[in-house]
Amino acid sequence: MESSQEAREVIGDYKAGWHDSENSTIRFDAGLSEQVVRDISEIKNEPDWMTEIRVKAYKHFADRPMPTWGNMSMLKNIDFEKVCYYLRSSKATENDWDEVPEEIRNTFDKLGIPDAEQKWLSGVTAQYESEAVYHSIRDDLVAQGVIFLDMDSGLREYPDLVKKWFCSVVPYSDNKFSALNTAVWSGGSFIYVPKGVHVEMPVQAYFRINAKNMGQFERTLIIADEGSSIHYVEGCTAPTYSTDSLHSAVVELIALPGSHIRYSTVQNWSANVYNLVTKRGIAHENSKIEWVDGNIGSKLTMKYPSVILKGEGSHAEVISVAYSGKGQHQDAGAKIHHLASNTTSKILSKSISKDGGRGTYRGMVTVSSKAENCKLNVVCDALILDEKSRSDTYPTMEVSNSTAKCEHEASVSKVSDDQLFYLMSRGHTEEEALALIVNGFFEPFTRELPMEYAVELNKLMALEMEGSIG
Amino acid sequence: MESKTPLLEIVNLHAGIENNKILNGINIEIGPGEIHAIMGRNGSGKTTTANIIMGHPDFDIEEGKINLNGINLLELEPWERAKNGVFLSFQYPQAVPGLQVGNFLKKSVASIRGADAAKGVNFRGLLKDSMKELNMPSSFLSRYVNDGFSGGEKKRFEILQMMLLQPKLAILDETDSGLDIDGIKTVATGINSAIRGTDSGALIITHYSRILDHVKPDKIHVLIDGKIVATGDASLANDLEENGYDWLENKIKSEGEV
Repeated sequence: MESSQEAREVIGDYKAGWHDSENSTIRFDAGLSEQVVRDISEIKNEPDWMTEIRVKAYKHFADRPMPTWGNMSMLKNIDFEKVCYYLRSSKATENDWDEVPEEIRNTFDKLGIPDAEQKWLSGVTAQYESEAVYHSIRDDLVAQGVIFLDMDSGLREYPDLVKKWFCSVVPYSDNKFSALNTAVWSGGSFIYVPKGVHVEMPVQAYFRINAKNMGQFERTLIIADEGSSIHYVEGCTAPTYSTDSLHSAVVELIALPGSHIRYSTVQNWSANVYNLVTKRGIAHENSKIEWVDGNIGSKLTMKYPSVILKGEGSHAEVISVAYSGKGQHQDAGAKIHHLASNTTSKILSKSISKDGGRGTYRGMVTVSSKAENCKLNVVCDALILDEKSRSDTYPTMEVSNSTAKCEHEASVSKVSDDQLFYLMSRGHTEEEALALIVNGFFEPFTRELPMEYAVELNKLMALEMEGSIG
Repeated sequence: MESKTPLLEIVNLHAGIENNKILNGINIEIGPGEIHAIMGRNGSGKTTTANIIMGHPDFDIEEGKINLNGINLLELEPWERAKNGVFLSFQYPQAVPGLQVGNFLKKSVASIRGADAAKGVNFRGLLKDSMKELNMPSSFLSRYVNDGFSGGEKKRFEILQMMLLQPKLAILDETDSGLDIDGIKTVATGINSAIRGTDSGALIITHYSRILDHVKPDKIHVLIDGKIVATGDASLANDLEENGYDWLENKIKSEGEV
């Protein structure tokens, strides 16, 4: 491991070409300063405009107080000085798994990524700590002009496209964590789908934090040009340590007229990860943006996938599930802004709390005064598995146009002994019975996921239910 | 019959819930291939008896034993009882939103009768035939377990489960209520074909003699205040239907045991 000073010496090597470096690992000292931000930009050999945005964002982050809502007592435990802001474990982003360092490849093998890639994906990017270590996309998509790169390569190869859209949906000043991400971002995905191209099979990104006290700050930008479509899937895991890690991503989606973007996440960070993510899309005329968002892991998640319905006839959907176990707080929800007429939106939120876990639905839907004939539908259901656990719902609707049709339903339920007994009488153990109820509760969500992910999610939930019965 | 080991043996069963005593010494013996019925007013302990045989955790057993083919059921968890062949058709089947009927049936068959029974044509054939017999459309399989089912649909679904799980002892708790006459006939046919001429047995809990006209039980037990006060043949049901429980109570008072 090297200090920032040593890392800067490596940067010297980098300018002469990476292959001269004998040690491919760079780990920055913990802590954040303008210099760290500049170092990250320099190590990546970025254009000046990007360095400038980073520095501005850093200053905003430093000045901006912590949010005064959400789980403030957990937030105040984040020690930004103890986080490592940049760690590179591999020399380059490979497009052949055999070239990826063995230790890292083994990790992704265990996670089943290469296997899934062969069976059902159009492309894969695998990020380990700060950088993508593997990347591939099917040749036929390249031939159709689809760009699917890790964000750093995207910036190198398509600087104009990145410059045009970067921070256009989520400005760095949006919130403290979007400022942090913009200052220190590394990795993530850059996708451009040309006019009229439909990417039939999903592309996947997999994010892995492996080191202690690591901060992962990937940045994703997806642009779907007119009449195109894409389904992007991301998964996340990390090992369990007694000390905390920080994951703070920013995702920006641009759905140009008539396009369709679906963004699916199954987040299973270990219970020592703070997961503070800003996800937002802008939907132009007759386009459609869907967020399918599963939150199973992490210590604290604060994430509210958003859609700005800017173009007439556009549609937004946010379908999310959250599981909060011992020591976990999933503060999740959705935000949708109807700015144009004839726009429609749907929010479906399902949360389960167990063993003292805490689930919060926090949602906001607005309809602007100029937006005529909008339709919005919000359903949030919570299932509480024991007396120690907690569920809160904060739905907000601000409707400034009287032609809007609004529907809102909320429910909180508990698993009853009679329900368990019924299933047990059919040969299922108490744990199996609970898993059947829980998987059923999540079914409206899992049926929206690609099958492989749905199976994975059900397995995860069955694991979470194991040993849950006293 | 006498020489055979009984299928189900309930001996001097005393039980209650949270210090309320409900059963005051019940004795029932069902032989292989036999169908028995329990009749009684609301609150007499019929459903409690059914729940206790299945193993509902809320009840306290104070005394007595329940054996199935010589196995002590009281030592087993509900799912172990199910695997040993006990089946309860619930009076109020529970809804499990999001759990598809087809998936649930497959999982339950796998759990109770083994993985092979839940596979391929074995499973699909029996499923198809049983659903046909019960007049259930195949679209039923993609619905969620008891979620939004009508009363009749719930009861048919219970019988469908019985036919697929092939229990040794089927307990049917007011499966006839909520069914029309055709439904009752269908259910009765299902029970007869599942039990008669096999080593299995059934215990039917009901308020009405109508289903018993079709099933023709070997014995009828009348339960009053947690005790079986009368046991007789099928004609007892008709007497009760005509004269009511008061008649029986008065008769017992004047004559002692029936």
